[in-house]
Amino acid sequence: MNVVHPFEGIGASVRRKEDRRFLSGRGQYTDDINRPGQLYAHILRSPHAHARIGAIDTTAARAMPGVEAIYTSADMAGIGGLPCGWQIHNKDGTPMAEPKHPVLAEGKVRHVGDPVAVVIAATRQQARDAAEAIEVEYDVLPAAATLAQAQAPGAPAVHDDLPANLCYDWHIGEKAAVDAAFAQAAHRVVFETTNNRLVPNAMEPRSAIGDYDATTGEHTLWTTSQNPHVIRLLMGAFVLNLPEAKLRVVAPDVGGGFGSKIYHYAEEAIVTWAAHKLERPVKWTSDRTEAFMSDAHGRDHVTRAELALDKDGKFLALHVQTQANMGAYLSTFAPCVPTYLYATLLAGVYSTPAIYAEVKAVFTHTVPVDAYRGAGRPEATYLLERLVDVAAKQCGFDRVELRRKNFIATDAFPYQTPVALQYDSGDYFSTLDQALQSADWAGFEARRAEAKARGKLRGIGISTYLEACGIAPSAVVGSLGARAGLYEVGTIRVHPTGSVTVLTGAHSHGQGHETTFAQLVADKLGVPVANVDIVHGDTAKVPFGMGTYGSRSLAVGGSAMDKAMDKIIAKGKRIAAHLMEASVEDVEFERGTFRVAGTDKTKALAEVSLAAYVPHNYPIEELEPGLEETAFYDPKNFTYPGGCHIAEVEIEPETGRVQLVNFTAVDDVGRVINPMIVEGQVQGGVAQGVGQALLEACVYDEAGQLVSASMMDYCLPRAEDLAPVSVATHTTLCTHNPLGVKGCGEVGAIGSPPAVINAVVDALRDYGVEHVEMPATPQKIWSILHRQQS
Amino acid sequence: MPQVTLSVNGKSHTVEVEGRTLLVELLREKLRLTGTHVGCDTSQCGACVVHMNGESVKSCTTLAVMCDGAQVTTIEGLAKTDGTLHPMQEAFREYHALQCGFCTPGMVMSAVDLVQKNPQGLSEQEIREGLEGNLCRCTGYHNIVKAIAAAQDVMHGRRESLAAAAE
Repeated sequence: MNVVHPFEGIGASVRRKEDRRFLSGRGQYTDDINRPGQLYAHILRSPHAHARIGAIDTTAARAMPGVEAIYTSADMAGIGGLPCGWQIHNKDGTPMAEPKHPVLAEGKVRHVGDPVAVVIAATRQQARDAAEAIEVEYDVLPAAATLAQAQAPGAPAVHDDLPANLCYDWHIGEKAAVDAAFAQAAHRVVFETTNNRLVPNAMEPRSAIGDYDATTGEHTLWTTSQNPHVIRLLMGAFVLNLPEAKLRVVAPDVGGGFGSKIYHYAEEAIVTWAAHKLERPVKWTSDRTEAFMSDAHGRDHVTRAELALDKDGKFLALHVQTQANMGAYLSTFAPCVPTYLYATLLAGVYSTPAIYAEVKAVFTHTVPVDAYRGAGRPEATYLLERLVDVAAKQCGFDRVELRRKNFIATDAFPYQTPVALQYDSGDYFSTLDQALQSADWAGFEARRAEAKARGKLRGIGISTYLEACGIAPSAVVGSLGARAGLYEVGTIRVHPTGSVTVLTGAHSHGQGHETTFAQLVADKLGVPVANVDIVHGDTAKVPFGMGTYGSRSLAVGGSAMDKAMDKIIAKGKRIAAHLMEASVEDVEFERGTFRVAGTDKTKALAEVSLAAYVPHNYPIEELEPGLEETAFYDPKNFTYPGGCHIAEVEIEPETGRVQLVNFTAVDDVGRVINPMIVEGQVQGGVAQGVGQALLEACVYDEAGQLVSASMMDYCLPRAEDLAPVSVATHTTLCTHNPLGVKGCGEVGAIGSPPAVINAVVDALRDYGVEHVEMPATPQKIWSILHRQQS
Repeated sequence: MPQVTLSVNGKSHTVEVEGRTLLVELLREKLRLTGTHVGCDTSQCGACVVHMNGESVKSCTTLAVMCDGAQVTTIEGLAKTDGTLHPMQEAFREYHALQCGFCTPGMVMSAVDLVQKNPQGLSEQEIREGLEGNLCRCTGYHNIVKAIAAAQDVMHGRRESLAAAAE
């Protein structure tokens, strides 16, 4: 049976194993699960950005039909706050401010959507009805939603003991070296920009079900999570004080996440705690408006950057000052996003010798901000790639040649940047050349002229980017403030008949793990994809894991599987040697077959696995029965995907609407396991990047009210807003993981926004426009055109 | 409480509902047909699209009491009873037109209706415009558009199979 179809291994576009259930309505997402005797929770949330909570009168609500319980923070005394998983230190070495993030608001609400009370009733509708009958006295206070508001003199304090609203003031790089370089620079280019606040908007709203088994004392939480083991650790150890053995966390099918389902949220703790208290299962499912005001948001930076160049255009130094909006509380990984996932990326693909970055993280009366697809790297890339275009224009360089002139040489790897990272591999010249050719960069002026004849303004923009995936190694990130390890765990279980189950701590929320991971096994062990099952998303089934984020699943999780397969092969060789009466050193293994070197004596993997579980003829004195191996893989370094994105847009002058007409991506994501899935990941990432560049903006008004709290107000890209995306890869292998893979989940969202805005600015080149802030909405563009004409 | 009798995927059901009960709540909570999803509260995302009397409707903005006597088809009822996928389902798989799968049931049901209403065939741009009622956050739509373009040829009998359409 171990004859693998030649097209199922690494490099084959195997159609996805998981699709059949999704396409026939048999996916199982958290809200699809119902437990016997289940109750429903509804969270009463603050309508105010900032208010002191007075009396909460639940009398009328308690008398409503179906109501089982109503809880406020007073009922949850002794429950810990939601923990933050990363501690940043200030310039002076002191730790960041880390105010308590209560599960239910204590005394004050600090953002619209801050949970105040929970109603638990027999039906979803009854819980909602009763919540409307709760009367909360609010003493409404002035609020600060924006970075500017929160840092203004006399700004309202989000936390009473932090009057300046400062979380941390951090820096990286050598200021003296940067100052010295600026003193000699022929050109100094200043660029100021805002990276717009986004709401991730996975299509599946968050949901959580708590259950408690009074017989065993075991708690179970079903939740929409990218990393159930992390939730078990955070909620068990820091919030509810439950030992791991008594807490099972299950994340079934997850309907998209993009980062927003990494974090430990209050509702997970509420339903787990309430299910214990009531000894009944409790389900909570977010509606979309609730998601807008309770899912972690993304981005929201204000930055001033200055680049020093010599007379030939060589970059000499970069100085960056960024303010980052943290929201009202620190979400799980929020502090590391504008620091170690942002400022460390400011070298980009360039050999800039001196870089100094200062980052101030600020509390505001808004929903917490955390990692969203790309997390820090899109902000860094957008800043750099706009800055390079601005510099080219101001100093009179060709924007492509200026990039090429400053690229890290292909023979310079491993390359140590001035901001901590060491890149292991890359070839930025090849991805650039391939993209220029594929996008017909040289032929653009003809297309521009043709568009002009149709009354359209056409522009082309480029971005050459780099990012860092598979955050690691544990010891290094620990020294930088991470409070968790960042390894991954893989178990390979070869069953007696030779089929395989893979247990992995990585968890798919749309990436096709059940297919890609099966291909790894098909490639290495020769087991057909159909006979490989991937088990993930359940702490009771998978021994340990750290989950899926930062494009780590293949680079870290896949590497763990590869290491575990090495152990399987090593043990299998010993069994096979015994069966074939040969020396272990003489046994070779290739795609499902053990062979005595230079002979025709072979044993299939299934024969060896059968012997392992039915050890009648077995080296039992020296080898345990069974064929199951586990590996923990802790990466030596990040991986560094990079590439070139080229966008072409047309502006309709009458309306100001920007239409994306062409998009070319050439990415180096390392070794490609399934080209179809990689292409899909890049296309999806580009769609979110285009959304950021042209459409999406999370808007708070002056009073801190969330104005864009529905899909009618927050503009997500639709099919018409996008254009065909041409995706190609150019591979250099990662040098430090066994698969040579880098990661592809975020490259689209990282590389594309500056390419699109560079194209918009190019389209407006006759209008004297230096910059257009994201999102480049019709209103903004129309205003620019109108102002210029009047 | 009002009673509603309706046929879902060819099977008749009589259920008690509240006046405010939505069709999607009836499907998911009363009939446990959880393939139909809820992605928003404002009729924007289309994850809840089903067919009612042969037309696509958003089941999140259809009251259950409006469905008395209706024939409803959900994603669970689209494949043949022997398990053979509908050409649209097959095309979504072949062209990698889904990732997380959450928008997929509504997207497929909308696409089937769109193609059925346009026997003349749709251009890529017309397919993009026809999807205005459905959001997908994963795929960037590119592969969804390709899948629908291929499926329409099979559904209208212009091609025998998807493999032929792909050529």
